[in-house]
Amino acid sequence: MFSFCADPSVLPDWQWMACYLTTGSHMALYRSVLVVLLLLALAAPLALGMGFLGALAMRSRNLILRSVGTIYVAMVRGVPDIIFFLFVPFAIDQGVEFARHRILCPDWDQPVRQGNDFIVCAAAKMPLATDPAWVHNLWGFLLALAAFALVFGAFAANTLNGAMNAVPRGQLETAEAYGMTPGQSFRRILLPQMWVYALPGLSNLWMILTKATPLLFLLGIQDVVYWARELGGQKTGVYAYPHPDWRVWYFLGVLVFYLLLTWTSQKVFDRLMVRMSHGQATSGGEALRRAGA
Amino acid sequence: MTFETCAESFHGLILRALGRDFGDRLLPRGLEINVCDQVFLIASGLVWNVYFATLALFFGFFLATAVALGKASPRAWARKPAEAFVFLFRGSPLFVQFFFIYEALVLLPRAGITLGGLTIDTQWTTRAWAGALFVLFLNTSAYTAEIFHGALKAIPKGDLEAADAYGLTGFAKFRRVVWPTMLRLAWPSYTNEAIFLLHATTLVFFSAFPAWQQMGDALYYASYFAAQTFNPFIAYPIVGLYFILMTLAVIGLFGAVNRRLNRHLPREARGRFRFRPQYIR
Repeated sequence: MFSFCADPSVLPDWQWMACYLTTGSHMALYRSVLVVLLLLALAAPLALGMGFLGALAMRSRNLILRSVGTIYVAMVRGVPDIIFFLFVPFAIDQGVEFARHRILCPDWDQPVRQGNDFIVCAAAKMPLATDPAWVHNLWGFLLALAAFALVFGAFAANTLNGAMNAVPRGQLETAEAYGMTPGQSFRRILLPQMWVYALPGLSNLWMILTKATPLLFLLGIQDVVYWARELGGQKTGVYAYPHPDWRVWYFLGVLVFYLLLTWTSQKVFDRLMVRMSHGQATSGGEALRRAGA
Repeated sequence: MTFETCAESFHGLILRALGRDFGDRLLPRGLEINVCDQVFLIASGLVWNVYFATLALFFGFFLATAVALGKASPRAWARKPAEAFVFLFRGSPLFVQFFFIYEALVLLPRAGITLGGLTIDTQWTTRAWAGALFVLFLNTSAYTAEIFHGALKAIPKGDLEAADAYGLTGFAKFRRVVWPTMLRLAWPSYTNEAIFLLHATTLVFFSAFPAWQQMGDALYYASYFAAQTFNPFIAYPIVGLYFILMTLAVIGLFGAVNRRLNRHLPREARGRFRFRPQYIR
């Protein structure tokens, strides 16, 4: 990185540190922080969307839709989430390969499951064995994203369903009295009012989501935990920057990173709650009205 | 080692999680694996989930009470450390806490610490049964302290005034009025905390702590089977089912305590348990 980094073994302490912290693998560590943030940025709206669909399904008049929604939410909430994080990517991966196998290799006569092996034709591999490394990384990331969306979608569905139930009944009755159709009263009355009831639950969910991101490591993604382990481990003299076991310091850094993330989120949500409470028929809204008057 | 019948699998594997000496030394591998092996070996792993959850919850209860009182204290020297403790353990992922504390324990001198001629062995602290229990204990203490603190704040003013009117002060007031009321108010949330903690024990062997001699928890064995058979559709549903059953057991157990805590109240006034899981911590 810096011009004086050519021979690190002769450098004084602070320069050695500056060079050490800017090596290629440390740059990968910093990029992995971005991967975590990217996952958060993508998983949150996806989970919210899944949750919205789930909540609508739970409230549907159609019995089949309602059971699908209820079972989805109950199942994900009743089992440790980490089981889903291990299961969903594995299952989706095999499902996609199986579907591609059926479509791409119709004349393949051997069964896909032979004993304990899962064998599909080479063209059906996902991603293909010949694909470059970044495709494999991207596919792994997408599988992880799907698992996060599925698990947190169930949590969000539960929160949103509760928020929709919390909107005062009188508001909806008024809408009906004005002759709005169910769709209209949903869009114009229920939807704008539910967010203030959903926000505490959703902010809680966001906190849980941030704290779930280190599980990316379990899915084989090179996230901050992976790099903390890699870089912190003892490095002998054959490395350019030998050092003893520093993993505890790296994990301290990861810990501080997550504390900062949750602390900032809390501040943002507190302000958002104040803004959303304006003009609402809640104790928070009432307090704002009194303070303003 | 192949097990021909389910009874053989049961004998060979049901205690395997306690160590190699309590069952078959080698886990079934590859094509040897049948469904009975999966059912029993995963069941044997549950002993670790129960061990971690029970002991962490038991010890955590006392620390949580102390931290909650500290957090509610008007004195800054008691409040600040309690707040910092709760923030530290609730604001960061349990997964990273496992790694951090494990690496810190690894740095303890290998030969043991010598104190006045007495050598204290430190090796055992890096093993899951001690180290992971320690992390879970601190973690659940922080979450429980937050619940207890909320309950302390929610104690009806009238109850405290009545205690004053009876001339109760200090520890007597705490033991006879504050503490029972706090427990009663906190119990529904505390039930949820017990469930989260039980589910969080599945993280132990997926984080820093190695499963020594393949002694692992239920999920450790489930993922072992999924990796061995390339088939996630048997092992994971089994472990999921076990956890649903254990969750129901926790709800039953804590419900009984809840009934006892509320036995003097009319039925409508009793705190109700609502299943509100938030698994990852």
